[in-house]
Amino acid sequence: MSVATFPAAGSRQPGGIVRVGWGLYDTVVLTWRNLLRIVRNPAYLITEVVVQPILFTLLFAYVFGGAIHVPGASYIDFLMPGIFVQTITFGCINTAVALAEDAQKGLMDRFRSLPIAFWAVPVSRVLADLLIDVTGLVLMVSVAYLIGFRFHGTGAEAAMVALLMLLYGLAMACLGALMGIAARTPTMVQAVGFMVIFPITFASSTFVPVGTMPGWLQAFAAHTPVTAVVDVARHLTLGIPSSGSEIATALAWVLGSLVITIPAATYLFRRMGR
Amino acid sequence: MERALSAGGHAIVARDLRRSFGSTQALRGVSLTVPAGTVLGVLGPNGAGKTTLIRILATLLPPDGGQALVAGHDVVGESFAVRSRIGLTGQYAALDEQLSGRENLRLIGRLYHLGERHARRRADELLALVDLEEAAGRSVGTYSGGMRRRVDIAAGLVAAPTVLFLDEPTTGLDPRSRIDVWNVIEGLVREGTTLLLTTQHLEEADRLADSIAVMDAGLIIAEGTPEELKRQVGGDVLELRLRDRSQATAAAAALQPLAAGAPRDEDEVLAVPLRAAEGAVVEAVRRLDAAGVGVIDLGVRRPTLDDVFLTLTGHEAEPEAGAGAAAGAAALAEEHVA
Repeated sequence: MSVATFPAAGSRQPGGIVRVGWGLYDTVVLTWRNLLRIVRNPAYLITEVVVQPILFTLLFAYVFGGAIHVPGASYIDFLMPGIFVQTITFGCINTAVALAEDAQKGLMDRFRSLPIAFWAVPVSRVLADLLIDVTGLVLMVSVAYLIGFRFHGTGAEAAMVALLMLLYGLAMACLGALMGIAARTPTMVQAVGFMVIFPITFASSTFVPVGTMPGWLQAFAAHTPVTAVVDVARHLTLGIPSSGSEIATALAWVLGSLVITIPAATYLFRRMGR
Repeated sequence: MERALSAGGHAIVARDLRRSFGSTQALRGVSLTVPAGTVLGVLGPNGAGKTTLIRILATLLPPDGGQALVAGHDVVGESFAVRSRIGLTGQYAALDEQLSGRENLRLIGRLYHLGERHARRRADELLALVDLEEAAGRSVGTYSGGMRRRVDIAAGLVAAPTVLFLDEPTTGLDPRSRIDVWNVIEGLVREGTTLLLTTQHLEEADRLADSIAVMDAGLIIAEGTPEELKRQVGGDVLELRLRDRSQATAAAAALQPLAAGAPRDEDEVLAVPLRAAEGAVVEAVRRLDAAGVGVIDLGVRRPTLDDVFLTLTGHEAEPEAGAGAAAGAAALAEEHVA
């Protein structure tokens, strides 16, 4: 066979807009795959974004709620924004586990051996998890309405809550992507994720006002990203005006984490397997 | 400045590839050439560097040194061009277990930008090729090891690659599944796909490959056609179980004119590599009988990787102390990056 067997032209990676277009197509194809997995095995989704948040809602609203008094609001109205944020926060572990599983099973190597945009794999994961977050939020709000949760703010404030949850979901998915790419084994991700995510979710204003905690814990709980985001979401749903600094703190956490996690995950992903 | 490597019509040309993981040298200067349309079998034990070699040639891992052209393109500088011309099937079936075999293949087709219609048609063609049409709609999680491996090989073929890499395609399969996979691979070879496959089994390399490169501790220690290699290593191995083990020396002396190498005492069994010659086994029995050596049991087996290694390197294929320790560490390093 001659050298001519191998076409020399047409082998270059396309440039500019065409390249980005193919990358977006790759991302859509892989997002479809991530969602199809969930359709095939819905038990996972049902547990993570339906059963678990509903159990936490019922547990806190009915079991603990009677003993928790929050000033100026019913407990269910106080609780729900916390449940939203908690569910999205836990979702970060799912992002990480899914990527680590793909790496462990060799799927990541297969994807990396294809002529696709390298960023399509992690971006499609993040997109799929954002869609899961949205589904979960819709379900949670519906169930919460049945047991007495009411939205007290304006329509604009409702839109702002939704936007904040999306942004926070994006930040959590990117953090999860970084964890999954760095850890490479699902068990490792679960262990580390649980150790970090669990305390940061519970030692916060998610379920109770931070002011009720002992002083040393307040010092921590008042300054976590979870508390910052929950407080803004809560004030918006309760129709209480948020202070500018409160909003700035929450946005700083969310945007700040994106500024760190996206380049770090990109760097590690490009170096994967080296 | 190094002279640029030229493909010269070869599907794979590699020169002096080197790669370390930490202090472990997984590849210590590997050069090889695979003419288009031929099959190269890379034979070696765990940790010899086979997987590292495939990962470099498939653009998954940059080499520390050396250069390689696959399908006429540099694996480092033109990795995108290489990726659009190769298929890779790794050691572990890289499939989505939640999706069906058909969905897995369509997914790969879409990612090769075949377009929806072509991706569907190609998936069906390949399912027929690997004889999995009946199970095509079931999730891969329900497949047997052999079925998974066949889908996995099909996944490597979606874009009709110029060069296909198969990393230990039959490791972990039962004998029947192994033959199914061999049949698929032989079909590809007949159609002229250039193939680089790694294996730990001489029998497999013998059956599938046009030429064989034997790797040990990051180096190619021998290469040639299966015939050339077997001539070097010897033909079949005669295994004797003696009534009286003290007769081992007498047996060895009787068989000496037929032997291709020194007899080895393997526990209860005396293993004698025979020179490749017609009627060698019958002649061996006659000689043993004439020498009065009592034989309980006698068998003939094909030479194994161990025989090849014993002949070529003087040590067995398993990673062991000394030279083997580095190989073992390389195996761990490979596992770590996998």
